[in-house]
Amino acid sequence: MKVSVNWLRDYLPIELPAAQLSEKISRTAVEVEGLYQPKGNMKKIVIAKVLSVVPHPDSDHMVITQLDAGEDEPIQVVTGAPNVAEGQMVVLAKHGSVIGDNKKIRKGKLRGEQSNGMLAALQEIGFDDKIAPKDFEDGIWVFNDVDAANLTPGEDALKVLGLDDDVLETGITPNRADLFSMNGTAWEVAAILSEEPTLPTFELNEVDEKTSDVISATAPAELASKYGVRVVKNVTVKDSPLWLQRRLWTMGIRPISNIVDITNYMLLMYGQPMHAFDLNALPAAEVHVRRAADKEQIKTLDGVEREASAEDIVIASGDEALMFAGVMGGESTEVTEQTTDIVLEGAIFDPKSIRHTARDQNLHSEASMRFERGVNVEDTFTALDHAAALVAELAGGQVTTGRVVAQDFAYDAPVVSVSVDHVNHVLGTTITSAEIATVFDRLFFDYEVNDNVFSVTVPARRWDITIAADLIEEIARLYGYDNLPTTLPTGDTTPGKLTAQQRLVRASRHALEGLGLNQAISYVLTTPEKANRFALHDGQPVQLDYPMSQDRQQTRSSLLTSLLDDVAYNKARKQTDVALYEQGRVFVSDGDLTKRPQEIEHLAGVITGNVTERTWAEKAQAADFFTMKGIVEQLLTNYGFVDDVAFVANTTREDMHPGRTADIYVGNTLIGFVGQIHPLTAKEYRINETFGFELDLSAIIALDKVEGRYETISRYPAVSRDLAILVSRNVPAAQIELAIKQAGGKNLHDIVIFDVYTGENVPSDMKSIAVGLTFVNAEQTMLDDETNQKVDHIAGALAEQFGAEIR
Amino acid sequence: MSLQDELTTLRDEALGQINDSADVKALNQVRVHWLGKKGPLTEVLRGMKNLAPEERPVVGALANEVRDVLTTAISERQTHLEAIALDAQLAAETIDVTLPGRAVKQGQPHVLQQIIENLEDQFMGMGFQVIEGPEVEEDQYNFERMNLPKDHPARDMQDTFYITPDILMRTQTSPVQARTMEAHDFTQGPLKMVSPGRVYRRDTDDATHSHQFHQMEGLVIDKHITMGDLKGTLLAVAHNLFGEAHDIRLRPSYFPFTEPSVEVDISWNAVTPDMNPEDIEWIEVLGAGMVHPNVLRKSGIDPEVYGGFAFGLGPDRFAMLKYGVEDIRNFYLNDVRFLTQFNQKG
Repeated sequence: MKVSVNWLRDYLPIELPAAQLSEKISRTAVEVEGLYQPKGNMKKIVIAKVLSVVPHPDSDHMVITQLDAGEDEPIQVVTGAPNVAEGQMVVLAKHGSVIGDNKKIRKGKLRGEQSNGMLAALQEIGFDDKIAPKDFEDGIWVFNDVDAANLTPGEDALKVLGLDDDVLETGITPNRADLFSMNGTAWEVAAILSEEPTLPTFELNEVDEKTSDVISATAPAELASKYGVRVVKNVTVKDSPLWLQRRLWTMGIRPISNIVDITNYMLLMYGQPMHAFDLNALPAAEVHVRRAADKEQIKTLDGVEREASAEDIVIASGDEALMFAGVMGGESTEVTEQTTDIVLEGAIFDPKSIRHTARDQNLHSEASMRFERGVNVEDTFTALDHAAALVAELAGGQVTTGRVVAQDFAYDAPVVSVSVDHVNHVLGTTITSAEIATVFDRLFFDYEVNDNVFSVTVPARRWDITIAADLIEEIARLYGYDNLPTTLPTGDTTPGKLTAQQRLVRASRHALEGLGLNQAISYVLTTPEKANRFALHDGQPVQLDYPMSQDRQQTRSSLLTSLLDDVAYNKARKQTDVALYEQGRVFVSDGDLTKRPQEIEHLAGVITGNVTERTWAEKAQAADFFTMKGIVEQLLTNYGFVDDVAFVANTTREDMHPGRTADIYVGNTLIGFVGQIHPLTAKEYRINETFGFELDLSAIIALDKVEGRYETISRYPAVSRDLAILVSRNVPAAQIELAIKQAGGKNLHDIVIFDVYTGENVPSDMKSIAVGLTFVNAEQTMLDDETNQKVDHIAGALAEQFGAEIR
Repeated sequence: MSLQDELTTLRDEALGQINDSADVKALNQVRVHWLGKKGPLTEVLRGMKNLAPEERPVVGALANEVRDVLTTAISERQTHLEAIALDAQLAAETIDVTLPGRAVKQGQPHVLQQIIENLEDQFMGMGFQVIEGPEVEEDQYNFERMNLPKDHPARDMQDTFYITPDILMRTQTSPVQARTMEAHDFTQGPLKMVSPGRVYRRDTDDATHSHQFHQMEGLVIDKHITMGDLKGTLLAVAHNLFGEAHDIRLRPSYFPFTEPSVEVDISWNAVTPDMNPEDIEWIEVLGAGMVHPNVLRKSGIDPEVYGGFAFGLGPDRFAMLKYGVEDIRNFYLNDVRFLTQFNQKG
């Protein structure tokens, strides 16, 4: 809320510079998000009296004015303002002045006539269009006769208009709705400064006529905990005096007319929203609070025809719903210049219903916001009376006797207790009973102390305080958070460590980084088209009920789908060499929307373009299937599974290249796949040839691992043999390896396929595979005979199983 | 000429040739020539049989001396020539060491991961567990258990992606507080945990807003936990992330699940003892407070016995501040030019 420091000064002495006050409020109550003087850099703008107006000889729309600006000689100014007239008090930006937007005003000639300044509209001296009064939208600002009588030509206009005020913009947290009023703010600032606030008083004079003879009112307690009206007759609707307009516009509210301005003034002063009806426009001599009928029509003050729902509260008269209670008034009973008699309403409406209406109608008004967050129940009728008194004073009406009250919830002040020990226990302090008493004194809370237990009677203006913790907060903030000690938790110690699963997840990330992949963190929410791509698990994605954009609607079923988006993003920015991995969750729903989906930890990677770029030493190395597979193989080796890892060609995995995709098994458990993204899918994602893998990390975590993996290094030398095998092309290398392994016996230590050849000198349906074998005997040197025997055995097995020919 | 004279002449001539030999091969020829079986020295020694018996030992000794002198000279010359040859070889092998090395690619951890891992390590050192929670949450845990009933005005502070009225994308990591509290056995010691993870808000993505971002929740519950402990813990975090010279301050704030609630500011500049308070530039980095009794009660913990503090910090915000990242979307779009920058280790 915008807070005028000048207004605050009506309530309590403030000697501090505004910046220091702002800092204190931020440190003690709520954040001050802004501090400014509306006048900014503006200067040399004064009050001037229009002495004469004569037409400009060379212009139809301009006139030449002589102005008394309190100087020896009149000042001549040429203006195009249509509303300038002799005798007016106006705002003059003199030669050398600075007006809004840092614009400088200099004397000069306008169509040959000397002009020594500018007559200003409020918008030209920093007023927002939404705040400047509507009457002067198209011309300069002119003071009304009453205000003009109190002005002297040459006076500082910025001061007269209140632009020299300091304005604090407080960011009010939901618990401190009491600060949505000047009175509440005054209590708070008084507590901060250890002052006592003097709140405004008023004198209400009533005429003999009884309000209850003019109007009746009913309201169910569940809709309005308080509801009262007053009537003021024979009012004159006109502009408010300058002092009131100044208060409103400083606080960001546009002055409209005296009656409306008074209701807004009460809203700012007490935080109590008020409404004024035109008494004679009411369909009946009564008002009542009720739920709207479904689809009931109400035309609100903003001229919009709206449809209410049965959850809205309306104020009705006779058969007609007049307005959305506590949210926005209706056009049919609006106070206009023709209005003579008014009904003032002071009420408290059900916050939940107000919240509903404000959201449903998208009408977040100053009133609805306050009703949603709460108002001071003890000020509702005070504000009503105060409003009536002001109407009598500023609009010249007669206030009828008494309020008509339909509901009057009585405030039963809660007593909240807290002990000195408990305060110190929570804050870690050694605050004394006397220091706590000082805090409550500063807040003007009534309390009793018995055995170091404070029993605080919470005033209605602080409805946020209901439990001991709330009192502790009051003590802490006013005692000062800077004064709390800085300590670390004591008590029993606990081991802080990662779980085995968390360690494995971390190790997986570190391994992939070591293998050259950069960690990506991508968006979980994606399009329905992409969400279920590359899914490893049966199920479906989760659909948001009310997504924010087309692109973010469903949870992903794979990480690969996000990584391909990342590749596309990079490609669009000419980054075609990309190596990424991501660790995160995929979401699998069984379709039952009443339950959370399964969240499964996954690990995925992509590689596209060159693995290494060209250098003076080497050509660029393009990524291929085996680059990706090599990374996956190393990663899987790190885990040390008990069971063997197997890569099995899968020609039917969706969105993957049918000839370049392998499912990955550990033992019989499918843990993921690796391969090339199907060219058509790649095209859809707008990416180049890309290779990827997706692994179920939860499954990997669950699989058995070898404990304490270690083998003694043989003291005896290893013996190597190479084998060239001619075999049918369709025999997978993995089967050949397996056959060699089985036939090679325990001394066969390592198998490396170092060449695969097809082409010249090899029959077209055959391939030549060269394999390096390493034998080691742990107990003695491998003898040549023994080695030859093993190699022969392997050759025999390959011939037998695959019809392989050893060359 | 006497044999003695002959030997002396021979010695001088041989030494001259040794010193003149230009390389190891020439030196070897010199050695073979002078010291070989058919060499002059052998010839001289062969002539000894013609000498008088009393002269023989004298000449013999001289001959041996000459042989030793020559052998030593050859050996020294050889060492010298070898050194020269090696120098020449090394000179010929010179390469341009300023050419770049062969490319070896190392991937980098994501900057948010680095911050999270760093914080996890720090908190583990302080006895905290790292706990993860579901990203698709129940309204019950995300809001109700955190003291945010339906229609609470504070729900406006967080725009939520709902899936059904009861299931949603979690808006904060705070629900992990409730999940952890209800599962904790206090006979095993106090509850100390941090919970990092992704959270979601119904926001339009721009430079400072992201519909997906990260939080790290912290929670400590025991019988004697104070707000001073919260302050000390958060100061340790600030020191870890920004350096020992940085300070923190608390300001009142509001969260439904803590009371008192505070915003925590960290000094952007280093703070020295003689510094003017006005010269410290404070930036808001996280929210914290003492756990609200309702939150404890809703998770079955007696607020009369137990209490503690909670905090929620934003790795995204920390990363933006620490590195001056200007657009939060950079964290989730994964431009390789962005990712590879955060390569500082240790």
